[in-house]
Amino acid sequence: MIRIDCPFCGLRDEAEFNYRGDASVTRPGLDAAPEAFHDFVYRRANPRGWHLEWWHHAGGCRQFLKVVRHTMTHEVHAVGTARDVLVVPPE
Amino acid sequence: MRYSGFRLLAEALTGNRGWKPAWRDASPKPEYDVIIIGGGGHGLASAYYLASVHGITNVAVLEKGPIGLGNTGRNTTIVRSNYLLPQNHNFFEWSLKLWEGLEQEINFNAMVSQRGVLNLFHNDGARNASARRGNAMRLDGIDAELVDREQVRAMCPLIDIDNGRFPVLGGLLQRRGGTARHDAVAWGFARAADARGVDIIQHCEVTGIDVVDGRVQGVQTTRGPIRAKKIGLAVAGNTSRLAQMAGVDVPIESHVLQAFVSEAVKPLVDQVITFGAGHFYVSQSDKGGLVFGGGLDGWNTYAQRGNLPVVDHVWAAGIALMPALSRLRGLRQWGGVMDMSFDGSPIISTTPVGGLYMTAGWCYGGFKATPGSGWCHAWTIANDAPHALNAPHRLDRFRTGHLLDERGNGPYPWMQ
Repeated sequence: MIRIDCPFCGLRDEAEFNYRGDASVTRPGLDAAPEAFHDFVYRRANPRGWHLEWWHHAGGCRQFLKVVRHTMTHEVHAVGTARDVLVVPPE
Repeated sequence: MRYSGFRLLAEALTGNRGWKPAWRDASPKPEYDVIIIGGGGHGLASAYYLASVHGITNVAVLEKGPIGLGNTGRNTTIVRSNYLLPQNHNFFEWSLKLWEGLEQEINFNAMVSQRGVLNLFHNDGARNASARRGNAMRLDGIDAELVDREQVRAMCPLIDIDNGRFPVLGGLLQRRGGTARHDAVAWGFARAADARGVDIIQHCEVTGIDVVDGRVQGVQTTRGPIRAKKIGLAVAGNTSRLAQMAGVDVPIESHVLQAFVSEAVKPLVDQVITFGAGHFYVSQSDKGGLVFGGGLDGWNTYAQRGNLPVVDHVWAAGIALMPALSRLRGLRQWGGVMDMSFDGSPIISTTPVGGLYMTAGWCYGGFKATPGSGWCHAWTIANDAPHALNAPHRLDRFRTGHLLDERGNGPYPWMQ
């Protein structure tokens, strides 16, 4: 069981959240080339290590959160709001 | 050594002293024509078909641990070809046909059992979708049969047909589908490939792929560098990491999928049965344990272990389908790391790097594809171009927009 310390609700079980994928990719501008949109939609680093990701607190405050989590140990390093800039630690 | 009933009898009468190891535990040579990375079912099948169909025998299969201990030994052993999209069902049907002749071809008992795969539906919309999928299959000559609730009741009395919330209206049955013994598939392909000269090199982890001027030169491993003209990746779960060693990013995320076995009981479930109102599929092994699974844990991970919320969810779905399951104890539970592609369909393809090929992105449908994947991967490696069966499964389809979105879920790997 992963537990996520929601900045709005406190420490909650993963069952309250929906996973929403890699938060390190950003949507390109409307005038960007198709290649940039391809990378936004399909290109992922898929690291074995620290991963910056979106979690939606659907069973709580319904806010989108950023989480830095390790994909081998599942340890949660940091949790922030969608606006926060979280630092992903080196391996 | 050829296996046969006569051999079994002869060995039984002489104290079983004549059995030989089924394959050599080879040491790496400095150079090969083809290196297959990954000693699971797909990698061993790729090597076998390279040798048997294309006559390429100077081949090594590199495996970081012992063969068959990854997803080949972690699945629920289901074999079927009941897909909607022609690009998918034609490929999986070719794989199913290979399963039907596999044991005779490789002289190994893989316990292929065509006991039937029954996908239940519980409302009119799902019935329409099942009929559509069955008709799509039949148009391409694949067996599919729509059965009604009374036929389902006769096939498996344990199903809670009249469940108030999810009444069973019927199911889509593929009688040629079924199960196979997963470990035996790895062992059988290993033995057959070895007999044709393939080196199976265990405990040899690839740490780098050498690329010069956009072409592979060989690999760096924990047992030293090995040169090769061509390299095939069959490392589902870790394709991103291996492809990145050659500078290729693949549209794949790694996720864990769990599987379960109950205590052994007398024959209870004769077919492979899938629940249509939740994610649950079950069959019964010859040892008597119910083998079942559900959906992904749902977030990126490389850890081969599952987590309790999904254990709870899968058992709940199973008990909704067959209330009698609540009386069974769980015996074992484990996790395997899946290559989840962005459209839910596999990738068997050339890559932007010359001499680098891959069979990847198997989501949780890789086991049934083992012979077909190896066959198409071997063809792609030998001809430096895909076969017609796997041409739609190319890596650049995400760039060109020719997606194979079997379930219509959109580009979310954890939802495929």
